[in-house]
Amino acid sequence: MFSFCSDPSVLPDWQWFACYLTTGKHMGFYASFGTVLLLLAITAPVAMAFGFAGAMAARSHFPPLGLLGKGYIAMVRGVPDIAFFLFVPIALDQALEWLRHKTLCPDWTAPIRQGNDFVVCAQAKLPLSSSPQSVHDAYSFALAVVAFSVVFGAFAGNVLVGAMRAVPHGQLETAEAYGMTRAQVFRRILVPQMWVYALPGLSNLWMILIKATPLLFILGITDIVYWARELGGMKTGAFAYPHGDWRLWYFLGLLVFYLAFTKLSEVVFERLMLRLTHGQATMGGEAQRKAPA
Amino acid sequence: MSCWQTIQDYGLRSLGIGERLLPRSDFTLCDQVVLIGSGMIWNVYFGALALAMGFFLATALALGKASAHPAMRKPAEWFIFVFRGSPLFIQFFFAYELFVILPDAGLSIPLGVVTVTAGTDMLTKAALGALIVLFFNTAAYSGEIFYGALRSIPKGDVEAADAYGMSGWMKFRRIVWPTMLRLAWPSYTNEAIFLFHATTLVFFSGFPAWRQKGDALYYASYFADKTFNPFVPYPILAGYFIVLTLLVIGLFGLVNRRLNRHLPVETRRRIRYRPQFIR
Repeated sequence: MFSFCSDPSVLPDWQWFACYLTTGKHMGFYASFGTVLLLLAITAPVAMAFGFAGAMAARSHFPPLGLLGKGYIAMVRGVPDIAFFLFVPIALDQALEWLRHKTLCPDWTAPIRQGNDFVVCAQAKLPLSSSPQSVHDAYSFALAVVAFSVVFGAFAGNVLVGAMRAVPHGQLETAEAYGMTRAQVFRRILVPQMWVYALPGLSNLWMILIKATPLLFILGITDIVYWARELGGMKTGAFAYPHGDWRLWYFLGLLVFYLAFTKLSEVVFERLMLRLTHGQATMGGEAQRKAPA
Repeated sequence: MSCWQTIQDYGLRSLGIGERLLPRSDFTLCDQVVLIGSGMIWNVYFGALALAMGFFLATALALGKASAHPAMRKPAEWFIFVFRGSPLFIQFFFAYELFVILPDAGLSIPLGVVTVTAGTDMLTKAALGALIVLFFNTAAYSGEIFYGALRSIPKGDVEAADAYGMSGWMKFRRIVWPTMLRLAWPSYTNEAIFLFHATTLVFFSGFPAWRQKGDALYYASYFADKTFNPFVPYPILAGYFIVLTLLVIGLFGLVNRRLNRHLPVETRRRIRYRPQFIR
């Protein structure tokens, strides 16, 4: 990176560190923070959509749909989320490959599950074995995003169902008295009013989502945990920058990163809540009114 | 091999008792159910012990955070902030690296005439090291719950205690603490459930499963990797955890009934299961 980095073994301390912290691998480490932010940026809206769909389905009067929605939002209650993170990507991968196998290789007669193997024809492989590494990476990241979205969609569904129930019933009855249909009541009355009730739960969920991001490591993504282990491990003299076991310091860095991130989110959500409760007929709004101007 | 034989061989495999080698091929449903169930021993061990110890630390943390004195308040606030603000997964990794660095010889703690040598090699084992992390973690989360409950104790209750001449320890023991627990109990139940779920992280986060002695999720993912079929082991795991969750809800419901026994039936608060806490 710097011009003086050609021979690290003779450098004084601060220059050594300047060179060490800007090696290509460290750049990969810094870029993996981008991976975490990308995951958050994609997962949060998709999970909201899943949650909204789940909450709508759970309220449905059509029994199979209602059962499906209730089952979906209840599934995270009894089972650890980590189990879903391990299960969803592999299950989804196999489901997609199976579908492609059925459509692309209809004349294939051998069974797909042969003992302990899952065999599909070469054209049905996802991604194709001829595709470059970047496609493989993108595919596994996409599977991880789906897994996160499914699990957090279920959490969001819980929050949104609670928020929908919290909207005063009189409001809905009044809308019905005005002759609105069920769909109209939902769209015009229920949804606009539920957000104030949903915000505390959703902000909590955002914190949870932030704290779930290191689980990307379990899914085999080269994320910040992977790099922290990789870079922090002991490097012998064979490496350009030999050092002892520094994993403790790398994980300390990650710890501080997450603490700062959650703290920042907390402050932002406090501001947002302050603005949303302004003028509302709730205890929060009342407190703002009574506060000396 | 009959299923009964499998139970004898693998029923306590997670503790290292029984057959040394895990099944390698021809996995039967019985193999999977027994071995994953054997792993549940660790989940229950971590969850129950961390919860039991964390309860007391949480009470201390809540009192500390509510204290007017900065010397008590600041440490409690920071403890809660650090453990609630960072992912449990990273905490496990960090703690493991910390425990590895500690000198192998053990720490010598002089206690007057005798010197206690605490072996630090135990700390790098999941059985103790991960338990400590879970203990601190659940103490921080429950501490925050208890603190919230402490602040919403009705003013009248405390004033009534004062009027009866109670003070200090007696007021705390008879009025403040039971009321705090009663208010906090529904949230605390959720915290307990999520703690049990969080125990599945242990063997995926730095702490090695020594001689393949792992928890339920460790064995479930072992089977999923070997058979390349996730549709059998994970539902089994899910079944075990649903049973465990129902047991926790049942047990905590009993305590909740006792805490609320003085209230008229219709005003008693039922525990409503709302997942809010996760790590």
